[in-house]
Amino acid sequence: MGTINLDLPSVEIREIRLNSVGTYSGNAKELVKKSYDGSLKDVNRKFMQCNGCSITKAACMTVLIQDSVVIEHGPIGCSSCFHGFDFSYRSDAHLRGVENPTRRRIYSTNISEKDTVYGGSKKLEKTIREVYEQNKPSTIFVLSTCATAIVGDDIESVCVDAEEELGIPVVSITCEGFRSKVWTTGFDAAYHGIARKLIAKQETDEKNNKINVINFWGSDRFTDWFKPFGYEPNYIVPFSKVATLKDSSKSALTVQACSTLGSYLGACLEQEYGVPELETAPPYGIRQTDRWFRALGKALHQEEKAEEIIAEKKKEYLPKIEELRNKLQGKTAFVTGGAAHGHALTSVLGELGIKVVGTSIFHHDPLYDSQRLGNDQLNQRVTDYGNIGNYRVCCKQEYEIVNSLHRLMPDLFISRHHGMSLWGAKFGIPCIQIDDEHFCMGYEGLVDYGNRLLQVLENDEFVKTISKHASNPYTKWWFEQSPDTFIEGFEKKEEIEESDGGRKIG
Amino acid sequence: MANYDGYLEQQRFTCALGAIQTVVSIPRAVPILHSGPGCGEMISGFFDKSRGYAGGSTSPCTNFNERDVVFGGIDKLRNIIDNTYKVLDTDLQVVVTGCTGGIVGDDIDSLVQEFQDKDKPIVSVDTPGFKSNNYVSHSNVVNAIINQYVSKYEDEIDEYRTDKKLVNLFASIPYQDPFWKGNLREYKRLLEGIGLKVNVFFGSESRGVQELQDIPKANFNILVSPWYGKAIVDNLQRKYGQPYTWFHYVPIGANETERFLKQVFEFANNEGAELSETKAKKFIKHESKAYFEELDNLATFLMEFRFGLPNHVHIVHDAGYVVGMVRFILHEVGLVPKEVFITDNTPDKYKDFILKDIKETSDKKDIPVYFEPNAGHAQDILRGIKHDGEGVILGSGWEQELAREKGYHFVSVALPSTVRMVLTSNYVGFTGGLRLIEDIYNTVLGAF
Repeated sequence: MGTINLDLPSVEIREIRLNSVGTYSGNAKELVKKSYDGSLKDVNRKFMQCNGCSITKAACMTVLIQDSVVIEHGPIGCSSCFHGFDFSYRSDAHLRGVENPTRRRIYSTNISEKDTVYGGSKKLEKTIREVYEQNKPSTIFVLSTCATAIVGDDIESVCVDAEEELGIPVVSITCEGFRSKVWTTGFDAAYHGIARKLIAKQETDEKNNKINVINFWGSDRFTDWFKPFGYEPNYIVPFSKVATLKDSSKSALTVQACSTLGSYLGACLEQEYGVPELETAPPYGIRQTDRWFRALGKALHQEEKAEEIIAEKKKEYLPKIEELRNKLQGKTAFVTGGAAHGHALTSVLGELGIKVVGTSIFHHDPLYDSQRLGNDQLNQRVTDYGNIGNYRVCCKQEYEIVNSLHRLMPDLFISRHHGMSLWGAKFGIPCIQIDDEHFCMGYEGLVDYGNRLLQVLENDEFVKTISKHASNPYTKWWFEQSPDTFIEGFEKKEEIEESDGGRKIG
Repeated sequence: MANYDGYLEQQRFTCALGAIQTVVSIPRAVPILHSGPGCGEMISGFFDKSRGYAGGSTSPCTNFNERDVVFGGIDKLRNIIDNTYKVLDTDLQVVVTGCTGGIVGDDIDSLVQEFQDKDKPIVSVDTPGFKSNNYVSHSNVVNAIINQYVSKYEDEIDEYRTDKKLVNLFASIPYQDPFWKGNLREYKRLLEGIGLKVNVFFGSESRGVQELQDIPKANFNILVSPWYGKAIVDNLQRKYGQPYTWFHYVPIGANETERFLKQVFEFANNEGAELSETKAKKFIKHESKAYFEELDNLATFLMEFRFGLPNHVHIVHDAGYVVGMVRFILHEVGLVPKEVFITDNTPDKYKDFILKDIKETSDKKDIPVYFEPNAGHAQDILRGIKHDGEGVILGSGWEQELAREKGYHFVSVALPSTVRMVLTSNYVGFTGGLRLIEDIYNTVLGAF
């Protein structure tokens, strides 16, 4: 049963499409089981801190398209952190061969109180027209916000009319924050618009030598990996051009850097445009890397080539990995981050011999849009490296993360999202946050990541200093409670649950 | 209210909810957001190093969902306030509304009143993003704290304005002024130098809620701002009969700092502060002497450096900084301010004062001023302007690329900026002037 319907102007939210949840407390094996037997249910919290919003995720995908313009239709606040994407674009452009990264064009219709009474559609029409005249972009994206959604501005109609008038795709993206508790829905919203309006249906089944890689930014691992097969990566969506997005339906295959991120776009490309998605999870950890290369070989009908690559990699990297494992064996780590890169990190840690004693993952998708178990990175992790105790899904609730971290006091705190690593430092725990999701991929990534972990473990002087002087707004009472205290209808887990250890030496 | 309501590119300020940072900057205070998910993330993402004690992802929030939009979120908010007291150790809670809470029409005032009746130090403010911007709502937040929190301590005070040497300072908007921490510290040091005691409210120099409670005891108020913050001193004048002295721009360098201190000194003594003139003069003289010793060094460098130096400056900033920098740069740095751009969405009624302050900078030069809250448009204008010689742009992080395009030097002095680290540097005062000189010429020399 498909989850995609490109006839609708708005994407269906993850809670409905995938039964995604923002809350769970137990262990990883049990979560995988519940995901598949349909017994996973979301619950509410009686205390909450600031969450994430779909619009930022939609902006992340659309602002970074080389020749696009983005209009946020709402009050100025709803695009006020987007300048960060301008910095990302300029900083990482060289990784994608963008020689002259141009300033990102980000507009707000700046809705005022008057507009919330009389509607803001006229203002949006005017903004689209003027922004087009100034920039002559290949496409314009219009992002919705809570204010304009509640007021009921018909953004889709305005965009359809503008598209006719201007002759370029004007794409409405439904991404107001209140619509979904799982803010990764914002990625889906952007992909939905891209799949509806930009990707072209091809007249023939003929494919080119490109493989779509759905990712954020990050170093370029894939060029080297695809080369022996005679293919090259088509990185989508950040740093792409509207024309390359259009042609992504000509690619032979789609692979993911993170199963959660690209779930919807991968499925759109497969189900609507005939580009198959690789049937296994991204290559984090040795076993999964081998599976991944084999699946790639199979999909490209070059199975022997895949075996050659795996053999070469093993020869080159296994001794180095074993050396790292010797040094890291017995260390413990706590991971916080989004699904599914959070899962990937637990695999990498497991491979390096580190025991993951707990996690605070932001949300959980029981099954991705592809509906294939093979794409499930958590299932892969528990299969390859065993169970994780104190596995929590926390909706980015800092108070729960801080509480869990404080209980478990691991040797390492691994954070995937901004703003959390500080808590490691406050407790004197060495911490690491790496934005580049390709960094720990494949055999090469295990070595790179392992070396980084060693550096972080060794250089703990700074966090020790911080921990002696850090402020802490949380009460003593809170640290004495179970992290599940404010979750409605949940049995509080007071006990610390053991995880399986990481991979043994040898 | 701010006057421009057209579309904006490259915003230099954020929505009304941005005033949560005013709360974050008060030691041990916490904002509680009755808003959509992500509003907090947006605001903390606009500012730099904005977490403070309990801001960013620590701040409680109702995270409106579809159901709350339909049925209201007041019960959810009640739970969250209740549990804030259990989880977070704070001295002041300020409940603010985002667009969702605002449009849905939840009665947060009555809810907060329930907690106030239980003697909790809690305040409510209406700050839906569409209502105004953070320059405006900063005053609303401070006034709400005064009217709902400070007022609770009025009974303990027999008489207002009892401490003749104590003043309340309203100058930098926390976080919106990238140098707010250092500036407030420097204002305090300078005012103490002439014999006053100062409530600064925000940042590490503040005594937190104790300082708020002391507001009515202050003899008078000081407003340093072209327009924002005026609603606060007006409120205090009505409420406690405190007069205020108003300095219209950021005092940078010796001329303006001395002018500022003299204005405050005279005002204070007219209000019965009985400050010692000898001591105040001695302090100013000492500061000034140290300052001009450095200007001698600068002059030597400017006149003898033979490898080429800039001769003109463009500024893109809010009105307080634009005026302060124009005055400073022309008279004390030896550079000529050319076209300047004011991006704070200045209300019309203050524009003439600002133009006058800039005009008075020089009787020889005409410095063109653009009031342009659509900063993308300001950049388009600046892109088309050409002057002879090397130039410098003082602006936000957005101007870095424009400066590269034009072959200009660039110093990041405004928000938003991802290209400069500011911890406690100040641009206010004698020392602030020297700091700005260092920043400009470090950039210039770094380019060789």
